[in-house]
Amino acid sequence: MEGIGIVSYGANIPRLRIKTKDIAAVWGKDGDSISNGLGINEKSVPGIDQDTATISVEAARAALKRCSINPQDIGAIYIGSESHPYAVKPTGTIVGEAIGATPDLMVADYEFACKAGTAGIQTCTALVKSEMIRYGLAIGADTAQAAPGDALEFSASAGGAAFIIGKENIVAKINHTLSYTTDTPDFWRRAQRKYPSHGGRFTGGPAYFKHITNSTLKLMERAKTKPEDYNYAIFHQPNGKFPISVSKKLGFSYDQIKQGLIVPYIGNTYSGASLVGLASVLDVAKPGDRIILSSYGSGAGSDSFDIIVTEDMNNLGRNNAPSVADMIENKQYIDYGTYAKLTDILYWE
Amino acid sequence: MRDVAVIGVGMIRFGELWDKSFRQLISEAGSKAILDSGVAGKDIDAMYIGSMSSGRFIGQEHVGALVADASGFSHLHIPATRVEGACASGGLAIREGYLSIASGINDVVVIGGIEKMNDVAGTSATETLATAADQEWEAFFGQTFPGIYATIATRHMHEYGTTKEDLARVAVKNHSNGALNPYAQYQKEIKLETALNATMVAYPLGLFDCSPVTDGAASVILCAAERAKEFTDKPVKIIASGQASDTLALHARRDICTLDATVNAAKMAYKLANITSKDIDFAEVHDCFTIAEILAIEDLGFVKKGEGGKAVENKITTLDGEIPINSSGGLKSKGHPVGATGVAQIVEVALQLRNEADKRQIKDARIGLAHNIGGSGATCTIHILEAT
Repeated sequence: MEGIGIVSYGANIPRLRIKTKDIAAVWGKDGDSISNGLGINEKSVPGIDQDTATISVEAARAALKRCSINPQDIGAIYIGSESHPYAVKPTGTIVGEAIGATPDLMVADYEFACKAGTAGIQTCTALVKSEMIRYGLAIGADTAQAAPGDALEFSASAGGAAFIIGKENIVAKINHTLSYTTDTPDFWRRAQRKYPSHGGRFTGGPAYFKHITNSTLKLMERAKTKPEDYNYAIFHQPNGKFPISVSKKLGFSYDQIKQGLIVPYIGNTYSGASLVGLASVLDVAKPGDRIILSSYGSGAGSDSFDIIVTEDMNNLGRNNAPSVADMIENKQYIDYGTYAKLTDILYWE
Repeated sequence: MRDVAVIGVGMIRFGELWDKSFRQLISEAGSKAILDSGVAGKDIDAMYIGSMSSGRFIGQEHVGALVADASGFSHLHIPATRVEGACASGGLAIREGYLSIASGINDVVVIGGIEKMNDVAGTSATETLATAADQEWEAFFGQTFPGIYATIATRHMHEYGTTKEDLARVAVKNHSNGALNPYAQYQKEIKLETALNATMVAYPLGLFDCSPVTDGAASVILCAAERAKEFTDKPVKIIASGQASDTLALHARRDICTLDATVNAAKMAYKLANITSKDIDFAEVHDCFTIAEILAIEDLGFVKKGEGGKAVENKITTLDGEIPINSSGGLKSKGHPVGATGVAQIVEVALQLRNEADKRQIKDARIGLAHNIGGSGATCTIHILEAT
């Protein structure tokens, strides 16, 4: 198929997990009620040697294992994250070296809350289209921060996914992509601050729902599609409730979103959230399947994609790397004390 | 002393109004009241604005002049005063306006009540509300309003056998009324089980025992009764205004199951109106927590002390009961933008007495009472209104 799209993909989810009820117990809260309220049963936790750079490298390597492209043909790497290990010094260069894509390479780290990864896919799509590069690598990954005791602590988790964008041997064609952006401060982290702040319920109606709804509707208008035209729908998933609610509002069924709804099992991987959902869908999608994806980044914006799976999906070595389902199952539970150590809560000067 | 009438009312739908500024909220409610009353800017002698904590909620003090300005009256240089008494700020603004007319100083007064509470995070809102408690004796030790009212509730349960179901029934009733009020924040009914099984806030008060954090504004136009007919053919007379105070801290009270401020303000108001509690047809009472409505109907004399818990079950306070309480949905369902609450109560009482309360209209409503509390009962205002 002609056009621009996804040549390969890979995801990475750390194997450590903490249960919602174990976090709740520390704060004297009712774990069952929180699990039920958030739609999250447990979340992934980065190990002592895992961060956004390692998750990005693992996801990128998984993508390369599934296809046969030469890393030297990758002309650009964009990594979207809220938890780049360095404030100044790119994560993208680490990944570029690790996968052997340097030095003829454009690199920049992106930040747009939870949608910087999809912004990277849009950039790579445009660069491929303009023929400035042959392949681009876009990654969304996070080891999300949450202040101890904050509501975010039940959801903020770790994971990411990588996508190689090109126009040769594409397994999923990106038909259309657009964004809907306003200045809406619903969630933020000031410079030098360890944990983000948020506007409580303001993060819902005027933020998440407004942007995803508008972006998705505008995309369907441009693509001349209706909800029933899609086999799979993926919406940003800060918790288990928002994506179900927005999908209903837009006219999608639970059957359309369940394959891409990963948050109940691993929590909110922020920049990775909608992209791990997309990786999960690509793990099972068949040629001809149509996918709609809308990410959301606080601050605020939503990127929407209309994607169709091609015949070349049958030639992709999907089994050469672990599926999202494999990584969800491959887990080891830790207690809150271990979690506190690993997430730097126990830091002192 | 001159008689005073309500000649106009206006309010906006309460809620989480992120897309409207403080100015927009109050000018919208104020314009509605002014249009309803038929007065013009040049007729207005004074403005009184009830706002508890605009400084902490939106970083803006000096809201008396601000409201006059936002209303487009700056060129008229109308005296505009902000009145504060925690959650009774609105009731106090009504009373100040009432006194200024009764005394003969003013003829036409605009009352505004406003609070914009959702621009800060929930924890900041709780801290700000706690400034209405005694900082040295209560707030410094971590006491918050849910905690204070929970203390009252557990004592009431111990003394009088009030149950968690009794508390929940107040919420169910008020949601049922609020479902009929187009100005209410939550226009939906709830089930008893929902209220009973809700997240615990401070035992025995669950989420549905607590009024919400709300943005909102309400406005009322008061006028010397002798001039009311110049502006409207549907004035409602204020036949009494009462006010009382008490200790700021709960522990210093004679009896924590009685709000003596309510008892004393009611005594003052009933005496002024020359009536008793039995003459009241319906009331808007300060149900910041479900237990607060139970205390209010006891302390106002509608039921005996200790019997308030059973009032909903015995259908005394339901919309079709012998004394309907909180036909508007109360603070629980209509919402509780603290400075606006006391003014919004007068709006509801006036609408009922004008027979304009639509689906929630109380039959043959002739005398209505509005009961507004500041803190855990350190301030109380009571107004009694009569249909003309």
